Amino acid sequence: MSVAATPDERLLVPDRPSYLGAGASLRSWFGATDHKRIAILYAVTITIFFFLGGAAITLVRLELFTPQADVVTADTYNRLFTFHGIVMVWFFMVPAIPATLGNFLLPLMIGARDVAFPRLNLFSWYLAILGGAFTVATLILGGVDTGWTFYTPFSTMFSNSHVFAAAFGVFAVGFSSIATGVNFIATVHLLRAPGLTWFRLPLFVWSLYATSLVMVLATPVLAVSLLLVMAERVLHLPIFDPAHGGDPLLFQHLFWFYSHPAVYIMVLPAMGVVSEVITCFARRRVFGYTFMVYALVSIAGIGFFVWGHHMFVSGMSPFAGLVFSFLSFVVAVPSAIKVFNWTATLYRGQISFEAPMLYALGFLGLFTMGGLTGLFLASIPIDVHVTDTYFVVAHFHYIMVGGTVSAYFAGLHFWWPKITGRLYPEGWARFAAILMFFGFNLTFFPQFILGYLGMPRRYHVYPPEFQVWNVMSSSGATVLAAAYALPFGYLLWSLIWGRRAPNNPWDATGLEWRTASPPPPHNFDQQPRIDVGPYDYHPEAVAPAPDQRPRRRQGEDA
Amino acid sequence: MSAGPSGAERPRPLPLLRDLSVWAALMGLLALSCWAAYWPLGPITTAIGLGIAAIKAGFVAAFFMNLKRGTPLLRLTGLAGFFWIAILFALTLSDVLTRL
Amino acid sequence: MSAPVQSLLREPWPDLASQREAATFGIWIFLASELLFFGGLILAYAVCRIGHPHAFMAAARETDIVYGTANTAVLLTSSFAMALAAQASEREARPIVIRACLAATAALGCAFLAIKGFEYADDLRKGLWPAGDFALPEPGARLFFALYWVMTGVHALHLTIGIGLVGRLTIRGGGPHLRLRDNPQAEVTALYWHLVDVIWIILYPLIYLPGRAG
Repeated sequence: MSVAATPDERLLVPDRPSYLGAGASLRSWFGATDHKRIAILYAVTITIFFFLGGAAITLVRLELFTPQADVVTADTYNRLFTFHGIVMVWFFMVPAIPATLGNFLLPLMIGARDVAFPRLNLFSWYLAILGGAFTVATLILGGVDTGWTFYTPFSTMFSNSHVFAAAFGVFAVGFSSIATGVNFIATVHLLRAPGLTWFRLPLFVWSLYATSLVMVLATPVLAVSLLLVMAERVLHLPIFDPAHGGDPLLFQHLFWFYSHPAVYIMVLPAMGVVSEVITCFARRRVFGYTFMVYALVSIAGIGFFVWGHHMFVSGMSPFAGLVFSFLSFVVAVPSAIKVFNWTATLYRGQISFEAPMLYALGFLGLFTMGGLTGLFLASIPIDVHVTDTYFVVAHFHYIMVGGTVSAYFAGLHFWWPKITGRLYPEGWARFAAILMFFGFNLTFFPQFILGYLGMPRRYHVYPPEFQVWNVMSSSGATVLAAAYALPFGYLLWSLIWGRRAPNNPWDATGLEWRTASPPPPHNFDQQPRIDVGPYDYHPEAVAPAPDQRPRRRQGEDA
Repeated sequence: MSAGPSGAERPRPLPLLRDLSVWAALMGLLALSCWAAYWPLGPITTAIGLGIAAIKAGFVAAFFMNLKRGTPLLRLTGLAGFFWIAILFALTLSDVLTRL
Repeated sequence: MSAPVQSLLREPWPDLASQREAATFGIWIFLASELLFFGGLILAYAVCRIGHPHAFMAAARETDIVYGTANTAVLLTSSFAMALAAQASEREARPIVIRACLAATAALGCAFLAIKGFEYADDLRKGLWPAGDFALPEPGARLFFALYWVMTGVHALHLTIGIGLVGRLTIRGGGPHLRLRDNPQAEVTALYWHLVDVIWIILYPLIYLPGRAG
């Protein structure tokens, strides 16, 4: 150990083989049932997909530098943004936090040896790979041009691209996410360590639980909608064909019954990560723990009632529009509770600005902006004006990229020492975090203005008066690309040259910090017992003293 | 064992009589359902058919799928499926039934 | 001699009772998910039927109620056999009893598929494939048969997977490596099988019964 460890930080199990040292053969990785190794498999996979999806959108932003078509044709443009959407939604965002950080940390945070069904866990990764193979094959064959939403009747009757392969890829990765959901729900119910009651669970565990509920209950309906598209396309069964009396809006209902809750699949785990990071770097108990829990669960629940706000201008009944509009405002309430509680958690905290905290604070601001612009879109009169414009694009990128990707990087840095046993270079990480924040805003804030001015999405040419905003956006995308390349570089560097990490480099309270970094294959030498809630950084109702160490940690003897 | 009397100590006889009665009831309901389809009752025919189907499904769930002696957690899981189907139907039909 | 009881224990469970509890809970979560899957299909049916009530009646009258009812009876009986198999496993009956019940279940499942095959052949002969030339004139009747083929097809796929799972237990249960008594897999397979049965119970009045009176 090159870092001098205080007695508290000494390894519980010195010089014991970690999960990383438990075999280096291909079989020991591709046949692994250890949740930590499967998390690494997922992490490598989603990183590849992140850069694939990023490459596609780089070409799109390049095209949009000028009003004319000069880089790609209209058709190629359609295929590029469709590939970007499909890959980023289903092969990066949905598995990003649950299947990597969640897979790695869930058993550690609840004091278990593994998830409930380790072989199912590995199977779900193979399903994701199968789906990914189809998606990449689609790209090689020439792509698909329907947009990530596969709207009928275009996707079923008119598109001349590889809709079937793309839909099947998403269909397969959907089952992977159901398998992950089943696994996590059973794990949280049945494998919590003695004494770890429901209301002593860290919020990250709660967020994974809520996410898994959405995965299990929403994803099958996506499978149905894609199955019907595939049936209509390949077997020519006229299901959504208006010529035979079919209803194309039925597809949108089925699709958005999944795809709106899918937003919460993407953002709930992000909220969990941010709760862990903010409490740790503010040395503060989370403000209103039970309300944070109820807010997580009610976002997951109410999220199922609002899908119609994607269909306000589709020709849906205006009465249904009213209902969906009202319910969409309702779902903002628990999200607002969370933002207020994070802010209150910071109040009188001993805040330090390590890289994970910078990412988490970035999340807080960007998610708030994404959420508030969501209220614009929930309101029908405004939505009619900005539907299918860049306003919508900016809104959901603030939630998904500003929110989820920031939180993913927060979590990745926060738990990097635990996962790899190495410390990342802090200066570079802070620089990347700040660069990412500025790059993000430079890319997407102009898109709010573009959308408000009326520039529609999904066109490869635009009137010249929009050029200045598009140039700003495309320049921002360049900064953003550099900011994403940085962590890829220095995190890989740290795997070999990084300093060895102690067990608990952040002095955090979670159970995962009670074992070695990186953890041994069986996670804990002794079954931990818990008699304290999470985030016990200081006595209740007393602000933390400067440089205060946690009062109690989970799994620590009294 | 998740619930019910502990069965691990000594082998218990199979509840053959119970299972046979359930099977006979299912067959009876199937016959009734098929016959009822020919009653000239107009629009409630489908309601009757679905009602009988629900009773049959209830028998299978309660006895064959052991929900009758299942833990509350298992029943809640099954109910969650139906509750979410209800959301799907209610909100989609709120559009479809008021669109025309 | 069949495998010892320890061979059933999997990571990360300390004992077979909690492993069985988890397996049962896990498959129930999956079944809830499956309910939503078929719920989506039935929603499609409901929406189309609301749009075309008379065409759906007329189209449903073209289905073969004899095949449909016989198949329902076959599947209900298979569930009875499957329930016996799971109870026999849980109560540690003799392996031969468990295997006999499993074999009966799989055989009845195959019978269902065979009957379904005859029905499909008849349907095709009658021109009930809703693409291209189609036998029924009513607008909307094509929608019924499009959903008919998708729903019964997806159900048959589920049943085929079920037959595979039951067949695996039947065959491997006779060898030295798989212990059937007290095996949580028996319960899990049974629950899946019953769900496939329940789905068919719901599909039966939607597909075969409308439009029979008058």
